[in-house]
Amino acid sequence: MSLEDLYREVIIDHYRSPRNREPLKHADTRAEGVNPLCGDEVTVELELSEDGSIDAISVRGQGCSISQSSASMMSELVKGKSRDEIEEVVEKFRAMMDLDGDATDVIDPEKPGSVLGDIEALYGVRKFPVRIKCANLPWTTLAEALERTN
Amino acid sequence: MPSLDTAAIRSDFPVFERLIGGKQIHFLDSGASSQKPSQVLDAMTEFAAHHYANVHRGAYTLSLEATTEFERCRSSVARFIGATSPNEVVLTRGATTALNQIAFGWGGEHLRAGDKILLTTFEHHANLIPWQMVARRTGAQLDFVPFNEDYQFDIDVFEAKLDTDVKVVAVTGMSNVLGTLPPLRQIVEQSHSVGAIVVVDGAQLVPHLGVDVTDLGADFVAVSAHKMLGPTGIGFLWGRMDRLEEMEPFEGGGEMIADVTLESATWAQIPHRFEAGTPAIIESVGLTAAIEYLEALGMDAVAAHDAELTAYALGRLADVPDLTVYGPSDLSKRGGVISFTLGDAHPHDLATILDSEGVSVRAGHHCAKPLVRALGVPATARASFYVYNTTDDVDALLDGLSVAADIFSPSRVV
Repeated sequence: MSLEDLYREVIIDHYRSPRNREPLKHADTRAEGVNPLCGDEVTVELELSEDGSIDAISVRGQGCSISQSSASMMSELVKGKSRDEIEEVVEKFRAMMDLDGDATDVIDPEKPGSVLGDIEALYGVRKFPVRIKCANLPWTTLAEALERTN
Repeated sequence: MPSLDTAAIRSDFPVFERLIGGKQIHFLDSGASSQKPSQVLDAMTEFAAHHYANVHRGAYTLSLEATTEFERCRSSVARFIGATSPNEVVLTRGATTALNQIAFGWGGEHLRAGDKILLTTFEHHANLIPWQMVARRTGAQLDFVPFNEDYQFDIDVFEAKLDTDVKVVAVTGMSNVLGTLPPLRQIVEQSHSVGAIVVVDGAQLVPHLGVDVTDLGADFVAVSAHKMLGPTGIGFLWGRMDRLEEMEPFEGGGEMIADVTLESATWAQIPHRFEAGTPAIIESVGLTAAIEYLEALGMDAVAAHDAELTAYALGRLADVPDLTVYGPSDLSKRGGVISFTLGDAHPHDLATILDSEGVSVRAGHHCAKPLVRALGVPATARASFYVYNTTDDVDALLDGLSVAADIFSPSRVV
């Protein structure tokens, strides 16, 4: 895994043109995540339907390309999904980034993007363990926002 | 003619024998902590192996040897910084502990509601938060001198804010983010004229430019060993003897007492009253070796080397498109740390990319969050130099930055 793989154009693209950044007018829940060591910040807002699926999501913040692109790609991935589907995606992402595990149980390196889409670009962050927390920040913030609705 | 024989110096540092990812290490983070030469590492190993015991206690040979070595560290520090007596040197855990000792032990004892503590907006958290804590306890007010448009200590604001309510002026000797060198001599003179004491955070200044504390005339100076080729876990506080006499111990425990009853205790002589508990004994031997190493190089040569590299680096960085340097443009007003950003590339991304090119830089807020906020950026990347760095390291930094510039090139906007 080279540096080029880490900073694949998809990451730069989501960093420069983050998706789902507009604040929600009627958010049902929100959470703010901060990484005090590096100062990365992510805010997640959600509009939920009756059954708990995500109707609308806003993610915004400031920080490195890894944290901010992860937020942007996450927002695309979970939008419109049911609680069960979200849990499955969250678990797959967690497994992909887990250095104790083998990410190839989850994704297929031969077919990049075939399981989780764009966000598989973050697979390369495993090579840079100190940056994994950047990739995870939006996801832990999403989990906190969802937990607040329980 | 180079000021230092860097090839010989580098051969003293085992870390440079390493390759990371097949690449030579270009270590540009000495501002956070410096690498250690064999002389320091070997001295500690030899002492720990054959001469170690607790200090100031036993009447046996090992303890006497250890005590002699520990006190030799104190006198080495005194010589290195021009103190009039080793008794003015308190060996601490580092600059942070020294600054806390000063803030709580002197400030906590003498500050009253309405008094002012004058700091700068570019202090390291170690010279900010202890004063915030002491201000809260005593009712003293904090006030701040900002940097001016060239990132220099704003002497006009300082003069405007300096009045007889100011009891403490606590200032960095050299900013760990901007490299700024405040005019300490003038600060000391003017502060003393209103009756304020001057505390200098020497963590960056002393390893790179040295100091003559007697000549400078400040009241307290705090320094860490690990930024000056020494080990972690030890540093020192220098105080003028009359100020040390005004200071209360910040920590109680073994070794700092004259007599103890169940109800009370009296203090040992200065400096021992400020050294509660078993100190960093092995590390003190490392600090002595580090001082001897720096003395052999000569602090004038060390400072000149830093200045040469800084000038070379600033010259090359000036040619990099979209690169912004945060620090004085006047080379005589700055030391060898260079903070920068590159376009919209986040400094953490820069640090990762540079690491892949073998270049170690720091990225983040550098324990100076209010300053980085004032710069209007979430973080900066920082390159800092020391005796083992060469223009090759700067060239590697520039090569790494061009890789980063390519990855973050605007043409990649989709």
